[in-house]
Amino acid sequence: MNLDFTPEQIAFREEVRAFIAENYPDSLKSKLADSEELGKEDYLAWHRILAKKGWVAPGWPKEYGGPGWSTVERFIFADECAKADTMMILPFGINMVGPVIYTFGTPEQKARFLPRILSGDDWWCQGYSEPGAGSDLASLRTKAERQGDHYIVNGQKTWTTLAQHADWGFFLVRTDPDAKMQEGISFLLIDMKSPGITVRPIITLGGEHEVNEVFLDNVKVPVENRIFHENKGWTCAKFLLAHERTGIAGVARSKRGIEKLKQIAKTEQANDRPLIEDPFFRRKIAELEMDLTALEYTELRVLANEQAGKGPGPESSLLKIKGTEVQQRITELVLEAVGHYGAPYFRGFPQDGDNIYPIGPDYAHQAAPRYFNMRKTSIYGGSNEIQRNIIAKMVLGL
Amino acid sequence: MNFEYTEEQTLLRNTLSRYFADAYDFEARRKMTGSDAGRDAGVWTAMAEELGILGAAFSEEQGGLGGGALENMLIMEEFGKALAVEPYLSTVVVAGGFLKRSKSAAAEGMIEQLISGEAIVAFAYAEPTGRYDLAAVKTEAKASGGGYTISGQKSVVAGAPWATHFVVTAKTAKGVAAFLVEAGAKGISMRSYPTVDGGTAAEVQFDNVSVGADALLTAEDGIAEIELVVDEATVAACAEAVGCLHQLHAQTMEYAKERKQFGRAIADFQVLQHRMVDMFMEVEQAVSMTLMATLKLGEDAKARAAAVSLAKAKVGHACKFVGENAIQIHGGMGMTDELAVGHYFKRATILEGLFGSIDHHLARYEKLSF
Repeated sequence: MNLDFTPEQIAFREEVRAFIAENYPDSLKSKLADSEELGKEDYLAWHRILAKKGWVAPGWPKEYGGPGWSTVERFIFADECAKADTMMILPFGINMVGPVIYTFGTPEQKARFLPRILSGDDWWCQGYSEPGAGSDLASLRTKAERQGDHYIVNGQKTWTTLAQHADWGFFLVRTDPDAKMQEGISFLLIDMKSPGITVRPIITLGGEHEVNEVFLDNVKVPVENRIFHENKGWTCAKFLLAHERTGIAGVARSKRGIEKLKQIAKTEQANDRPLIEDPFFRRKIAELEMDLTALEYTELRVLANEQAGKGPGPESSLLKIKGTEVQQRITELVLEAVGHYGAPYFRGFPQDGDNIYPIGPDYAHQAAPRYFNMRKTSIYGGSNEIQRNIIAKMVLGL
Repeated sequence: MNFEYTEEQTLLRNTLSRYFADAYDFEARRKMTGSDAGRDAGVWTAMAEELGILGAAFSEEQGGLGGGALENMLIMEEFGKALAVEPYLSTVVVAGGFLKRSKSAAAEGMIEQLISGEAIVAFAYAEPTGRYDLAAVKTEAKASGGGYTISGQKSVVAGAPWATHFVVTAKTAKGVAAFLVEAGAKGISMRSYPTVDGGTAAEVQFDNVSVGADALLTAEDGIAEIELVVDEATVAACAEAVGCLHQLHAQTMEYAKERKQFGRAIADFQVLQHRMVDMFMEVEQAVSMTLMATLKLGEDAKARAAAVSLAKAKVGHACKFVGENAIQIHGGMGMTDELAVGHYFKRATILEGLFGSIDHHLARYEKLSF
């Protein structure tokens, strides 16, 4: 057992760092720094650069276009991306549906979808949650009736992240209404341009249009777009959720978040001294770092298990709970750090040229919206209460 | 010991509560805060003329109804329940608080204007680098020609675009003092913006603004008076938070009883029951602390300040705990702009930091009590 990186791993880190420094687009840097709202092309710019390099899907097996990295290399890559504040690669294609397709799909499905996920030509969204079925996913009611070589899909999905840009969606639908909860569900890939699909925005607490309602009204879906067997979609769903939860830990990004928090605390003044010298505030940052370090080494252990061919299993619930708690806590402390300047609301603002002086420091502009927005992390991907149930049942056997 | 309200106090509360229920429901509020002005000026007029409550906290000699801090508490609690954005806190509690005690001849006429609703006052005390320290003021008031010339920048001045006057804190030759300045005075410029909780605020720049000697509301070394008035305002903010907290808890329980998951109401799950019990306990303690601090506002400076800081820290904690859990228990619905619960959460979050964060008040309490 050894915590040190090998010379090869250190060289790999240098390679990643150099690549990011040379290739990460300046336009994205300034947009993120100015908290500008991002368009579809902004989300995809970095994706396409990484795709060209063969690095966009670190977790995929080599035969499907992954880089063939070990879990430690993947960890290093994520770490370097976070340090450089690169855009997140959207998870719907790469981390969610991609692995489902290469694990459960037919050769035709793999050939048709995987290359376009890698290249960024298809933007994916996730059709899991419904108004009556959030954390209780298995009670979903969107139904798909078989008519010859098609399904006719009717129902409503919700919390569909960035569906306004999506070309394709992966949906859980009920194909056998008489079967028990999990038994009658299938996993369908649906072209979002199909007639009968309506996407309606949901505006969230921070004022963002990030999620949507998706209505499906007699949407015709070819049977060949079903992944795995009819009524066995729950197998795919569970597999995907376990993958989703590993990504949710977000250790590398949280490390970067704490660094930024420290920078802010060095800049902000409290009683004529930098806030970072306030013993209360220091203590809180220190505690947060402890929690993050505990999470980091737990994640490394989970990854090592995975490398040994076990997992990711229910222990990924632990990563989800602790990871989201740390992420939320960072945004809380940033908001606390900026004091009065957390209150101004900056959406679409200012352009009128009548600036007498800027309103507060740049790093304060998104402090409150981010704090509000990050409340979602303990709700989505199976709420943290549900994750605790999973640990109770699957790990502790209670 | 007696925690009963008088008949007049109960009447005051019921009058305001009924008015808000009729004229200030969530949809009406959304329209007002979403408009260019950020509010409906008619609400303020109604409070002055129809309800006659703007004078509730002034003595009868001053033209008021003879109340004080307890009346402010009741009113602010109703403001919290309705998420009202009207500038009662800065106008009546802060400006009124200074004017009540002022010996300036101008003060009397000004109180009249406050009660009649003609004058609206914004409190310009925060600065870009001062954080929560009331004495860390860089704005200067230089003596000139029998009066003063005020220069400096004030941050996040709530309600500034609506104000007819400002109460401004500034450094004199002797210390920090508070001044009353007309909003239209030469040399004042502002940049206004919405705030995350549905309010309206501005950065206000004072550039050689000339005022007469009677603009001085406190002694030239007036930090003790400023601390007293801000303590009163802090307790009023606690009361507003209590109103918010009641709603956050009530709406969460209502939702949990209706929302079904796994074939039963989520309120049936013990983990959520215990969470709602914890929220309830936080709300009840916030109520107790607000009442305690309100009743201790008349004590000597040290006892008063300790009581206020204790209350604000406790209430701040309740805002965080109850607010975050209200969103969590509402699940995805709690994240939407459409439901009121998120708006209560946002207001509670701003109140948590208003006049000092939990840490600020814990530190102040520590200093005063050991």
